[in-house]
Amino acid sequence: MARKTAATLDRRVVVKAVLDQRKDALLVTGLGSSCYDAGAIGDSANTFYLWGGMGAAAMMGLGLALAQPKRQVLVLTGDGEMLMGLGALATIGAQSPRNLSIVVIDNELYSETGMQPTHTSRGVDLAGMARAANFAQAATIRSKDELDGWIPKLYESGGATFVAVKVTNARYPMAIRLRDGAHIKNRFREALLGAKAFD
Amino acid sequence: MNAKKKPAAWPLDIYKVFKQVGIRQIAYVPDAGHTQLIKSCHADKAMQTVLLTTEEEGVAMLAGTWLGGARGALLMQSSGVGNCINMFGIIQECRFPLLMLVTMRGEWGEFNPWQLPMGQSTQKALENAGVVVQRVDDAAQAGATVFAAAQMAFSANRAIAVLIGQRVVGFKDWSK
Repeated sequence: MARKTAATLDRRVVVKAVLDQRKDALLVTGLGSSCYDAGAIGDSANTFYLWGGMGAAAMMGLGLALAQPKRQVLVLTGDGEMLMGLGALATIGAQSPRNLSIVVIDNELYSETGMQPTHTSRGVDLAGMARAANFAQAATIRSKDELDGWIPKLYESGGATFVAVKVTNARYPMAIRLRDGAHIKNRFREALLGAKAFD
Repeated sequence: MNAKKKPAAWPLDIYKVFKQVGIRQIAYVPDAGHTQLIKSCHADKAMQTVLLTTEEEGVAMLAGTWLGGARGALLMQSSGVGNCINMFGIIQECRFPLLMLVTMRGEWGEFNPWQLPMGQSTQKALENAGVVVQRVDDAAQAGATVFAAAQMAFSANRAIAVLIGQRVVGFKDWSK
């Protein structure tokens, strides 16, 4: 299954292409590089940045998707973060939410801890696992053309959607400064719920 | 003292409190002690029940639930508390409300020695992780305790665990 072709896509190009079409979609990022990518490319009150709780992103997306069935929810995370919460694929697959998509920016590395290889560099196929866990659709993306074809599907309420996008090992500075958790939460709720956020 | 023989009243008392305080999402790992409560929640079309593979998923999920403006609760057995510890960091850092109902093992008449290590550590582990702990050792107090815990969780934005003691849940009589 694992094709050993070197990744060519740049993570920031991928994240920008994905977020350029988000409109009013709600976004949860995993900790690490995907958090920094989303913050650098376009901060929004509709984004919740996880700076900790490795393995939490997909499940946080599920809780949000169930609470907001009319809004599309996107989870943007890394391969290491997804690997730490693989059970979430089964939980989400069993729940089959219509409005949840997961994008894994897969550089096959734990960037934060010193660029050690992850399991996806050794034949583990995250999209295959999502498909086997009853996601409505799942794919591994290696080219800009494939990415452009899949981005609209991330924002359609066609069932749980999973894509792993293979990217190069490029690293970027941690541009985002916003990291107070209570502030990120309150800002998100106020933007989504208005005055009801403080009921 | 085996809860399986006749339906107890306390699970229904807790279910009524869930309705009263507007709980809409129930995240759970199946547990014998929560059987009746899970059944009541499953039967309620206004509730979304989410079957987890491991308890920490529920901590992350309910943070998302609150972000989306809804209220939920996490049901688990005391062994599941150990699985949640790192995720409690999200709750504390972000001041998310988190209501947890924990049925206890390893504390009162436990027949399985493997349940004792986590059962005896449950309350200390929760408190070390910044969770407020309240106990139910009298079944008649279950509803009132969960109501009080829900008020604290959702108005003070804190993690609150209600430990439902093994005296309430009942234990397997291994001498037979």
